[in-house]
This record gives sequence, structure tokens and C-alpha cells, in this order.
Amino acid sequence: MNKVAIIGVGQSTFVRSYPGSIRELAFEGFKEAMNDAGLSADQIDASVVCSAPEYDKQRSPAGVFAEYLGLNPGPTFYVETLCSSSSTGLRLACSLVAAGLHDTVAVIGFQKMSEISSAESQERMGRGADIQWESPFGTMMPAYYAMYARGHMETYGTTLEDLAAIRVKASTYGQLNDRAVYRKAVTADMFTDPENMMSNPVASPLRVGDCCANADGSSCIIVASAEKAKAVCDKPVWVLGLGAASAPVNLAGRDVFSGLDVARRAAAQAYEMAGVGPKDIDVAEVHDCFTIAEMMAYEDLGFAERGQGKELIRSKATYQDGEIPVNIDGGLLSKGHPIGATGGSQIRTIVLQLRGEAGQIQVKNPRIGLVHNIGGVGLYGNVTILGI
Amino acid sequence: MGKAKKKIDDRFKKFGTVGFTATTKVNDFVTHLEEGKVTGTRCKHCGKTYFPPRADCCLCLNSDIEWFPVEGSGKLVTFSRLSFGPAGFKQDVPYTIALLDYGDYKVFGRIADGIEEEELAVGMEMTTRVNHLPNGQLNYVFEKA
Repeated sequence: MNKVAIIGVGQSTFVRSYPGSIRELAFEGFKEAMNDAGLSADQIDASVVCSAPEYDKQRSPAGVFAEYLGLNPGPTFYVETLCSSSSTGLRLACSLVAAGLHDTVAVIGFQKMSEISSAESQERMGRGADIQWESPFGTMMPAYYAMYARGHMETYGTTLEDLAAIRVKASTYGQLNDRAVYRKAVTADMFTDPENMMSNPVASPLRVGDCCANADGSSCIIVASAEKAKAVCDKPVWVLGLGAASAPVNLAGRDVFSGLDVARRAAAQAYEMAGVGPKDIDVAEVHDCFTIAEMMAYEDLGFAERGQGKELIRSKATYQDGEIPVNIDGGLLSKGHPIGATGGSQIRTIVLQLRGEAGQIQVKNPRIGLVHNIGGVGLYGNVTILGI
Repeated sequence: MGKAKKKIDDRFKKFGTVGFTATTKVNDFVTHLEEGKVTGTRCKHCGKTYFPPRADCCLCLNSDIEWFPVEGSGKLVTFSRLSFGPAGFKQDVPYTIALLDYGDYKVFGRIADGIEEEELAVGMEMTTRVNHLPNGQLNYVFEKA
């Protein structure tokens, strides 16, 4: 692949309920990324808009955003892989740039989940699985991931305390992130206190504290060719590896319930393309929509052997000053999870880390970072490796 | 006189507490449920077994299928008890979704009402039976073998 760089990153503050329309929400992430890149809208050749449908009423949001953000008459189009939509957008933008079709592409992720109720939102997300054969039983995302949590606990002896420890780590850094929805401290004893909301069951074995929150938010990543990047950007961050995979939508089509096949496959592809291995990763963002998802990511990405993910969190190896810092921006568990904006927010965090601009969450001299972004219940998986 | 409207075969809308699919080429699945049988499909050409049932075989690109009954017992692979339900399912809470492994295929569904979570263990043998829901709909549930 021809070299592709990220030259600008941005995201809105993630909030429970955004007091504006989706085009206004998209503007927030776009503005930050454009200021970061030092570009004006006429310097963007094409745009890719990413979200999961049916939260707001707008059909075909790409055309609406292109006008509002001043990107006409450049081509624009919509891409969707549920929660991994914006890292899929990045993959697409990289292919457009590497193929020489465009020099500069904006990847705009967004989601305004607050336009529908929480129960409706659970139903929508449940319909991101198999609506013919599974949804009629009353499925929802926490329950699907809970089935993986039970699988992991049964197979490897992972405990509820291990899962709680992942949320405690997330909150350690979420408290420092002024873009996050949930910024309060979370302690392990909250999970064992029946009076505390964090301990309330959602879908066994997962509790409220194991789950991320719905949110409204937007993100934007500006991707450019090597020539363009060198001309306009002091600190380009290079796309070193891209991996992507899919898995059977119905759990009946799957064989393993202690890890995500899409993540394992996407990671292997990305490592091979980048010519690096798990030990070379200095900082990572993983898709912790639920605590168990981060636990599985440790193993699926090779940061730990299968079944040994719990040792990483027990030894605090995934904290800021640990061997492999993971989700040092608080993760989805703290930031909230505005579906289509999430991947872009993860990429933004890693870009800022690699540039040395991450402020109080900066890890020491990272050169290679990794983003793991999963769509649905391991239905889609993208792993992206970035470097300087 | 206009032609009589062709009747749409929407039997599948009877499947599940809330159905999201009305027409499918495997509508016979619902008729089988009404007859007390849970069924999957098998490709007549290559013999590939499908559950959930499919009208089309992606291995040999044939649509010539036969039905087989889900019989005997399967092993409980994993499960989760829901304390909240999505829109349309609140009246069912709490309920437990689960996956059974029959060897040649797996079956995703619900644990029968009345079986407590404490009675369940990964690896236990369970059977699948047709279940009539209070709202007149049909699904299938798992019981202890």
C-alpha cells in the first residue's frame, strides 16, 4: 500500500444528550480535526461519513454533512459496520488515498443516540444481530457479551473481580478526560455493594459497572497521501497496518465463546502488514464496550496468552506506566459509546499519544500504537496500527 | 373486475415474542412449530446441515433443501439472564437466552420459564421444545434433559 498519513484528529465532547442536530454535532469533531490539520474545507477532496442507522431520522447523512461542512462538490458517501463504522471509514479512506483517487479525505463519525429511549436503543442494537432468528427471543448487546463473559470465565477462570478491575482502571483515566460522559471514580467495592448501582445485574454475569453508556458524539480523522502530509503537516502519524474481518452474525455459527475471531484475524493481518508484533505496541485503544470485551482484547491482540488476560489487569500492566498501556483515555466505559464516532475517538487518542500531545495521560515515548474497534458482537472487527 | 389479490405467505411473523421478519422461504419452520416440531434444513446436494434453517446452500449454491427435526439433547455452551429487556420484551423479564451445541449444528434460543439460573451449568445436556407464548406467538425453549 502507498503510504498514508493521519494529519488531523478531532472529536466532540461525548454527552448523554446533545442539544443540537446531527449536522451540528458532526461540525464539532470536524472543526477540531480541521484546525488540527490547519486545512480549510476546500482542501478536502472527499469525505466518508460513518454511523449506525436508525438512531436519528436522517437518511443518507453524508450528503447533508457535506453541505453543512462546506465539502461540496467533493464526493461523499456513507459507510456502516455498527460500532466499528469509523475505523471502517478509515480503512476506506486509506484505500482511496493509497489508490491515488484522492489526496485528502475526511472520515467523519457520529451518533446521536439520545433521539430514542434507552429501551428502544437496546432494541436497535439487538437488531444489529440476527433479526430473523435471534432478535425474536429478546436479545440485546449486554446479553450477547455476557454470553462471552460466561464463556471466558468458564474456560479460563476469569472472575467478576477481574472484570470490575477493568472498570476501575477505566475510571482512573476517565476522571481525567474532559470529553468523557462518565468522570466519577469507580472502586472495586461498588461492585459488591448491593446498594450501589454499579453492582446491579444487567445480563448475568455482567453488571451495570461492566457496561459502557450510550452517548451522543462525533469524531473526525483527516487522512492524506505521503506527499500531501509532508507538505502540510509537522507530525504526520503513519498508517502502518490495517486488518479487518467478519464473523457469522448468529452465535449458532460460531465455535469460540472466550474470544472474538474477528479481532484475532484483524490483528494478525495488521501486524503482518506493519511488520510488527504485539510486543512492539507501546500504547493501545481497545473496544471496551463491556469489561469482558477489554479482557478478550488483551488475548485476541496477543498482549497476553489466551486465558492470561486477567494477569495483565491484576498486575496493572495495562495502566499508564505499565508494560502495555490500554485505554488511557478512559475507554468506552468512561467516554461513553456514540456508536459511529467511537472508532474515530480511539484513533484520535492514539494519534495524540504518538505525537506526544496527550497531556496528563501521555505514556512514555510511544512510537507504535494500536486501535481495536469491534462492530456488533464480534460481527465486524478492525485493527489499525499507527506509527511515527 | 380486478384480479383477486394474491395472499402473502407471512407465517413467519408468528415466530418470537416480537417478530421482525414476516416473509421468508423457510416459512414452513412456523408450520412445523405449530405441529410441535423444531426443524432445521439440510442441502439435498452436498448434505450441509443448517440451523437456523436456510433456503439456500452457500457451499454448493443450491436451493434444494430438506427439513430435519432437532432431536435429542445438546450441550449448554453459554447463557445469560436478562434483568432488562429491549423494547417489546419488558413483560418477559427476567428471561435467559442460551446456546446449545448439538454437534452438527448449534441452536440459539431461550431457557424455559421456571428454570432458575442456579440450576444451569455450562456443559449440561438440554433438549429443545416448542413453546406457545402468552401473546399467541410461538418460539422454542430449552429444558433440562
